[in-house]
Parts: sequence; C-alpha cells; structure tokens
Amino acid sequence: MTLNVMKTPDARAETPDPKIDASLRVPLLALFGGAAFWLVVSSVLAMIASIKFHAPDFPAHCPWLTYGRVQPAADDALLYGFCIPAGLGVALWLFAQLGRAPLRGAIVPVVAAKLWHLGVLVGLAGILSGNSTGFAWLEFPRAGSVILFFAYLLLALWAMMNFAARRERALYPSHWFLVAALFWFPWIYSTANLFLVAWPVRGVVQAVIGWWFAGNLLFVWLALVGIGTAFYFLPKFSGRPLQSYYLALFAFWTLILFGTWCGIPPGAPVPAWLPVLSSFAAVLTVVPVLAVAAIAWQTSRRSDAPSLECGCDAPVAAPAPAGRAAPMPADGLVRQDKATRASHLPYGDGASPPRGFIRFGLMSFVLSSLMLIAMACPRISQVTEFTWFGPAQTQLQLYGFFAMTMFGAIYYLLPRVVGFELPFPKLARLQFWISMAGVVLFVLPLAIGGVEQGMKLNNPGLSFLDATRATLVFFRFSTTGLLLILSGNSLFALNIFAMTFVWEKSLVKKAFAVVTAPLERSSTSASLPSSPGFDGTRRRDKEVQA
Amino acid sequence: MKNGFWIFLAVFVALGGSWCGFVLAPELQLGGAKQTTTLNSSDVYPVGRPGEANQGLSVYRANGCAACHTEQVRQTGIACVMTLTDAGKNPEAVTNLISSLKLTGLTKEEADAASDKISAAGGKTEIHIIATGPDIARGWGMRQSVADDFLHDNPVQLGSLRAGPDLSNIGARADANWQLLHLYAPQSVVKGSTMPPFRYLFEVRKIGREPSPNALKLPPEFAPPAGYEVVPKPEARELAAYLSSLRATVPLYDAPISP
Repeated sequence: MTLNVMKTPDARAETPDPKIDASLRVPLLALFGGAAFWLVVSSVLAMIASIKFHAPDFPAHCPWLTYGRVQPAADDALLYGFCIPAGLGVALWLFAQLGRAPLRGAIVPVVAAKLWHLGVLVGLAGILSGNSTGFAWLEFPRAGSVILFFAYLLLALWAMMNFAARRERALYPSHWFLVAALFWFPWIYSTANLFLVAWPVRGVVQAVIGWWFAGNLLFVWLALVGIGTAFYFLPKFSGRPLQSYYLALFAFWTLILFGTWCGIPPGAPVPAWLPVLSSFAAVLTVVPVLAVAAIAWQTSRRSDAPSLECGCDAPVAAPAPAGRAAPMPADGLVRQDKATRASHLPYGDGASPPRGFIRFGLMSFVLSSLMLIAMACPRISQVTEFTWFGPAQTQLQLYGFFAMTMFGAIYYLLPRVVGFELPFPKLARLQFWISMAGVVLFVLPLAIGGVEQGMKLNNPGLSFLDATRATLVFFRFSTTGLLLILSGNSLFALNIFAMTFVWEKSLVKKAFAVVTAPLERSSTSASLPSSPGFDGTRRRDKEVQA
Repeated sequence: MKNGFWIFLAVFVALGGSWCGFVLAPELQLGGAKQTTTLNSSDVYPVGRPGEANQGLSVYRANGCAACHTEQVRQTGIACVMTLTDAGKNPEAVTNLISSLKLTGLTKEEADAASDKISAAGGKTEIHIIATGPDIARGWGMRQSVADDFLHDNPVQLGSLRAGPDLSNIGARADANWQLLHLYAPQSVVKGSTMPPFRYLFEVRKIGREPSPNALKLPPEFAPPAGYEVVPKPEARELAAYLSSLRATVPLYDAPISP
C-alpha cells in the first residue's frame, strides 16, 4: 500500500486559514466550556471524597454525599465530563488544521456537544442519587450512557466527514491516532453497556468485560488522543520534524495491538489464562511506551531552527489596539511584528504554558504507563493490588497525562479559534505550576503510601487498622494536592469562561452596531456571511474597510 | 477515504482481536456456567441468596461500597497437614515411620508420598489441605475466591481497593446485628475505623408506646437523646442481610481446602 505521508504538521502549510479556525469557534466553545465546568465539578467532588478520610463523619446524613457515590462521580466527571469532550474538541481542531478544511455544518457538533454535557449531567445525578450501575468507569445509568453514545457518534461522524473532506490529502501520524480513537470508543462503550447494563452476562464475565472496557478507555483511548495531540504540537514547539514518522507509526501499531489486552489484574478470580495473557500484553506494551518516549525526546531536543512556538509566529487574530489599524498583509491576517509581539506575547517570556503542559503530559504518560505495566507483573501486583497505588496511577494517567496535554492544546488553539487572546494569560501560566504541583503532591505520596499499605497488608501480624492508619499520613499530602488541582482547574475554567464571555460580548456589540448602523453601511455587512462562525473574518474585513 | 479505510482496518484487527479474547472467549467459556458441587459432596454451590440479601446487593451497589471494599480473597498456596487416623496392625512400625516424616507444612505431592508410605506399613492417614497467604491469615476467607463464587451476583462487585477490609467472608465473622451497629456508627464497634457512618440508612425517631424491637442497642456515647431510638430502614436491613450472606468457607474443586 502506498500512503501519501506528511512528516511535519506544517509540511505544506501555507498561511493559516482564518476560515478554518472560525468554522470551529462555536463547537469548540461548546465542548470546552462544558468540559471546564465538569473539570471543576470533578475536583470539588474529589475534595469532598478526600476530606472523608480525615473526618469520616463529614456529611454522614446525606446519601448524595456518601463516599461511595462521590468518589465514582468525581472520577466520571473527570473522564466523561472533561477528558473525552476536550479530546474530541482538540481532535476536531487538529483534523481541520491538518486537512486544511473548514468544518461544515457546525451546528451539528454544537448540538452534539450540548447533548454530551447533558448526558454527563444525567449520569452524575444518577450516580449521586444511588442509581450507579456498579461497574467501575461505567457507573452512569442507562439514560446517561445512551445520550453520551449518540452525542459521541455525532461528534465522531462530523470529525470523520471533515477528515474525508480534507484538502491536504497527505496523512500525518496524528491522523492515525485520532481516527483510531474515534472508532475505538463506540465499540468499547457499546460492548460494555450492552453486556453489563442492558443484557448483563453472568458471573465474573462481567468483571472481565469491565476490565477490558476500563483498560481500553483509560489506557488506549486516552493514549491515542493524548499522544496524537502531542505529536502535532511537539514539532511545532521545537521546530524539528517528528522524529520519526515511521517510529510514530510503529508506536501506533504496537500501542493498539498490545495495549488493548491490558487491564486484567493478575490475582483476579477468573480462569488463569485471562490474567496471564493480560500480563504478557502489558509487558509488551513497554515497546510503544518507550517508542513514544524516544519520539518525544528526539523531537523536542534543542534545535537551531526557528521555533514555531505559540506567540512567535502566531496568527492570533488579536483585535487591533484601539485607534490604530494594523497593517493588513496580503493573506488577510493580523501578523504581529516584534514590538507588538512583545506587548502581546500571550504568556510573557520563557516557556509558554502549552509547551510546558504537553511536555509534562508526555512525562506523565511514560511514568503512568510504566506504573500500569508494573501492576500487571504478578510479583509487584502482590503488593500493589488493592492499595492506593492504583488510584495514584489512574490519577497520573487521567490528570497528569491526559488533562495536562489537553490544557496545553486548548491554551494554544483557543485564542486562534476565538480570535481573542486569553483574557488572563498570566493565570494560564500560574495554572501550569499549580496543576503540576498538584499532580506531584497527589500522586507521589499516594503511590508511596500504597506500597507501604500493601506491604503492611501482606503482613498478617499487623492489624488491618494499622495498615489503614499508615496511609493517613500520605493522605494529608494528597488532599493538599487535590486542593491545588482544584485551584488549577478553577483558573482554567476562569480563562475559558472569560473567553466565552468576551466573545459573546463582541457578538452583542456587533449585532448592536449592525442594527444601529446607517442604512448604506448595513447593506455592505449584509453581503458578508451571517453565520456567527464567520464573524472573525467579518471583523477583519471591517478593519480593512476602516 | 482510502487512508481512512486503512486506519479502520488497523482498529478492526487490533480491537477485534482483544474483543474476541476478552469479551467473546470468556463468555463462551463461562457464560453458560452452572452451579457446581462442593468438594467431596453433592451439595450444589453457590445457592442463590435469600431475597432480602439479594436486595442488599443493590443497596451495596447504590452506595458504592465497592469503592473501598473488595470481595476477592487471594491465596499464595496451600499447605497440607497429615494426621494418623488408624495405626493398623503394626503400630510400632507405623510410629517409627511417622517419627521420621514431616507432617505439617507439606505440599500436596509430599503429603501424598508420605501417605503412601504409611499405608504401605498398614496405617491410615487423613490429609488436611489449608490455604495459605496473608488474606487467609487475616480471616478474610478460608480459600481464594474463584469464578464460581460470583455466579448469581449482578452486578459482580469485586472491588479494586482495600481502604476497608475484604468482605468475602464477612458473614462468617460478624452477624447482622453487628453489621447494623457498624453501619450506623462504625466507631462504636471498631475503634479507630475510618469508615464513614451511613446514618441515612437509619431512622432516629421518638419512642412510641413501647420501644421498637428492631432498635439498635448503641453504647451511650453513640446513642440518640433520651426518649429517641435508632431504627434501621429496610435498606439497612437488606444490606446487613447481604453482608451476612457473604462467606468464603466452602471447599470447591477449583479451590480445595479441608473444612
């Protein structure tokens, strides 16, 4: 088979097309706005759950806030509320950018995004009211799952249609990862819901399917989207092409071939061949993990090539400073000269948050995957299974790797898509440090505490309470970490909400201007595309007229 | 769409493979599983839970008990203990033979070999199989959990974290009354417990004409104010019934032990 390949994301990128960004504006704001909201909700719920270990009596009278409901709700709010819609939004943007094709029929993804967030609301209310299905990572009751499934299908369909309509026919490795992820979720989600919730299978087969689903969602789906995204940004940040295209394809193939078999714990009460096969696959999964690490390392090495980093050559269609019309280049973009850049540099000097987020995300990916693989080895599992080591690994995977990568991508793309710079760029920088400290402070003590707990549980001479009490010290740290994560998430949400607000305000202003404009002027604006998706172009056209 | 087709094919091969392996194959192997019999007897296992206990599983699910409790016992191995039941016609030779043999902490093979020697000398022996491992030593079960244990459960609540102890064998360790006290005020029966209380499963009400027979007998520091009593709601009783039904003491072919 011969494939038309693209080795850097900007191989044939002429000038960025503002129409592409503009076409994504409303869907992405819908996806990311809801995602930011659920992100904060998830960390608030996680805080409530965590406080219970310090004060077990804390709301003991309220069934909605009991630990066993709040903790799964926090996990699901992070996974379904934030990770998946953020990943889908970033995938939509990446397809449009790489394929150089604007998104058509943007109303459908907008509706789908709203539908998705409605599904999350229904699901979380279901868990908190005691209607959880009882399967890890699949707790949403039937109504919520059905809504999520159809919302996902719509979003994936529109992403695939954009992929099919791409004008740049060559494929970049990110395409492989993201297209695979689009197919992956409906398959595993429908299987799990049909065989566990709709027509439940009998006995431990339920547990096996549950592990298969959770492994494929938490490890494979998140890895496909997160790594696919990182592979787009790494070359942009370093100015070097992806090192290399074929290693990336190798990582893709080995990831989907081996990673999909991970997840059945070695001590599970199931026929012995299942955990043995799963452990074997987990050991082989070292291969794609190391390949990703090698690609990241080789690609982001210092290079002399001019950096394409955010802020430098950024086609941020920033509103021109009042009273001073920016000179319009032929391509119709406000290109910042050095002086304007210095004043407008979205994140101040030094490493930009997008770069920091994505680097930290990749490091967390490698570390969390190695932890996952370690837990699949029977010897290590003897100690770590059933301890806090597992939740530490999950948090590193979901938050340290995936959410951080998404933060980076969203901080990078949102100013371009909306046409305004981030309202609080300094807070974005601050969030990077806070979130990073939060992840470290949450994961590290919990992982160490988990190992200690495991060793104490394996010593029957020590009472169970001794083993539990040993973890409480580590909990003080991890609760502090959660508090930091909550603050970081709030900063993220603040930027997203403020961005949406600024954009909405500009729409109202513009509408007002159109209504109050003298007749002869309004006839010119009537000839412009009237969809809100195109108002960026419209504004720039106005600037030209000015 | 040629390229898209290739990617779809990649997904189909990779995910389809694991779907066949971890969804289809376990269902074919275990989906039609029937009750089995306990070791060396004709009793069927597992028998379904009584109705109240079965509803208790759904209270267990609704409140996310599996977030902190597992229902799976691990075992690291087995050890055999051999006892002489009949010295036979030549007790002296058998006694001499026994004094030269190890009788505890044997593997199954060693025990069988020693048993053969003694029966050759005319004695009769019994071999007791004891499961070993930290979980067993903690009293969390007499043997490891196996697939058969979960045949009737829906949803199967294996759990993945032991913030609280394993519950596979809790029915053998505590009765329903203890469960109710523990659910209402964990600290009243387990000092230093980190379990959150589940007071919403109980009703604190004024004592009527005469005290309810179901009222909890709480130690003074956890008791309600005078004139009031704590009565479990049906959910609490169901949950306690479910917990009391959990046992890991039955010897099975897949997990042999001597009762």
